[in-house]
Amino acid sequence: MNKTLLYGILIAGTIIAPFILPDYRTQLATMWLMIIVALTWDMTGGQMGYNSLGNIFFYGTGMYVAAVVGISLAYNVADYTNAAGGGIYKFTDGQYFGGIFLGSIAAGLFCAACAVIIGWITFGLRGPYFAIGTLGVAIAAGELVSNWDWVGGGQGIALPVYPGDFNIGKIFFYFLFAGLGCAVFIFVKWLYSTRFGAAMNAIRDDEEKAEAMGIHTLRYKLIAWAMAAFFVGIAGAISAFQLIHFEPLETAYQTINLGIFMVVCVLLGGKGTLWGPVIGAIMFHVFKEVTWNYLLGWQWVALGALIVVTVVYFQDGVMGWLMLKRPEWFGMKVEQKTASAEAVK
Amino acid sequence: MNKIIEVKDVSKSYGGVVANKDISIEVQEGGITGLIGPNGSGKTTLFNSIVGYHPIDGGSIKFQNQEISKLQVQDIARLGLLRTFQQTRIYGAMDCVQNMLISLPHRKMSLNDMFSRNTKADYEKADRLLEFVGLYEKRFLRSGSLSFGQQKLLEFAMALMNEPTVLLLDEPTAGINPTLINGLIDRLRRANTEFGITLFIIEHNMRVIMNMADKMYCLAHGELLAEGTPDEIQNDQRVIDAYLGAH
Repeated sequence: MNKTLLYGILIAGTIIAPFILPDYRTQLATMWLMIIVALTWDMTGGQMGYNSLGNIFFYGTGMYVAAVVGISLAYNVADYTNAAGGGIYKFTDGQYFGGIFLGSIAAGLFCAACAVIIGWITFGLRGPYFAIGTLGVAIAAGELVSNWDWVGGGQGIALPVYPGDFNIGKIFFYFLFAGLGCAVFIFVKWLYSTRFGAAMNAIRDDEEKAEAMGIHTLRYKLIAWAMAAFFVGIAGAISAFQLIHFEPLETAYQTINLGIFMVVCVLLGGKGTLWGPVIGAIMFHVFKEVTWNYLLGWQWVALGALIVVTVVYFQDGVMGWLMLKRPEWFGMKVEQKTASAEAVK
Repeated sequence: MNKIIEVKDVSKSYGGVVANKDISIEVQEGGITGLIGPNGSGKTTLFNSIVGYHPIDGGSIKFQNQEISKLQVQDIARLGLLRTFQQTRIYGAMDCVQNMLISLPHRKMSLNDMFSRNTKADYEKADRLLEFVGLYEKRFLRSGSLSFGQQKLLEFAMALMNEPTVLLLDEPTAGINPTLINGLIDRLRRANTEFGITLFIIEHNMRVIMNMADKMYCLAHGELLAEGTPDEIQNDQRVIDAYLGAH
């Protein structure tokens, strides 16, 4: 009952937020983006023990796939990117919304396939080597794409603006992100309750033991990462249309920004927990935007300090700290009864 | 009785160190087989070879008449040949019940089963086996917070949860409180008789292994030194020399 009420309040808050805070519509949409990337990062990083620094690869790739699919519904991609914003290209409503819809699906599926291929190569690496290996993939992808003229090279791609009222557009993108965020949350909540989720935890705690117990660990790792990549790819696709213009190094494959932020969000909230990434993403986004507003000039210093403090002193995050202080809230207690006594009852 | 595991002329070296040299042993179905030998005699290396942890240099290993020396660890475990570790391995961040549930035999599950929740019967089975090893009261505690002896018992319960055909135990009583050892011997026996699991045990505690095993092998310096019943092994001068360092 209590839980139903809590979820009801959260859903109601999500729906009315863009209307009671009209000035913050884009900020709230970005907060949902942070929640999405944090939740999906936690699928491998927190629940499976594979700290990927390369999830941003799926974000950037999702952007490009969605843009290419969206453009190709109406025009030749090479002509479009060659014009570099100089030509006049009009999109009908059907082409625009069709582009977002098909582009998102294509981005998700393409990124999931990429995760399987990249994972096949990199999942042989453990611990920090996996982190560095995946980071290398993301950086290399950014450099490669920025030299690929067919998708606009270093200039990136400019997409059509929202056809209609500017403010309605902001609300539209807010709800796309919020809807995807809720979908991801429901999905991972279900996933962690299944045997598949338990197998992911087993891989995190002791991969060799899991193998010795007959679990095909590589298969699980690939499926889990592909699921995460699917959602990140869709998030990238929505971002591409929301941002209107993006370029490879600073926006799409932004390894030092969003690529690191998603990790810090999870660490801040508590990795390996359901709510940790959500709480962490909200805390991080608020902290980041407040420092950008009130400590301008020092914002990167403040952010760096937050990261250092989190990594050094607060690794377990909010949820991990709560679990340590209040284990009984999470059902960790000594049971006095015996199984046979329970059976009698 | 049938031989369920047949190891023939197996050799394994690490660089210049010969850990196993032309070892041939047999494990009888339904029995309890013991493996003893001084420290560094190659017992654990032999276990690792059987369960596929490393490729062997030569020889053959058969499980239920199937050659398994080229198979991967997971695939051997899925045949029903399971091992426990000398340095106990459990999933430390999960509680005992979760540890048990993830040990359900995956070889009997489809992909669809993996994306469903555990059934009530699974929970009951986990509870029953946790009570069997005496960890029922602590089943909701993080398994990493248990003592070493309790973790060892949990690992044993997890192995039983997996319903193996053969269980390879690497020093099951090491680190366990002496008063608990009698209880553990009793449970190992019951695992053998009630659950019908064939046991193959590495053990340093002679009282334990002599009591349980019906066939024993002794390794020394990577070679098979002696084999026979516990009585024969106990009275074998070569075994006594190996343990006292006459080699």
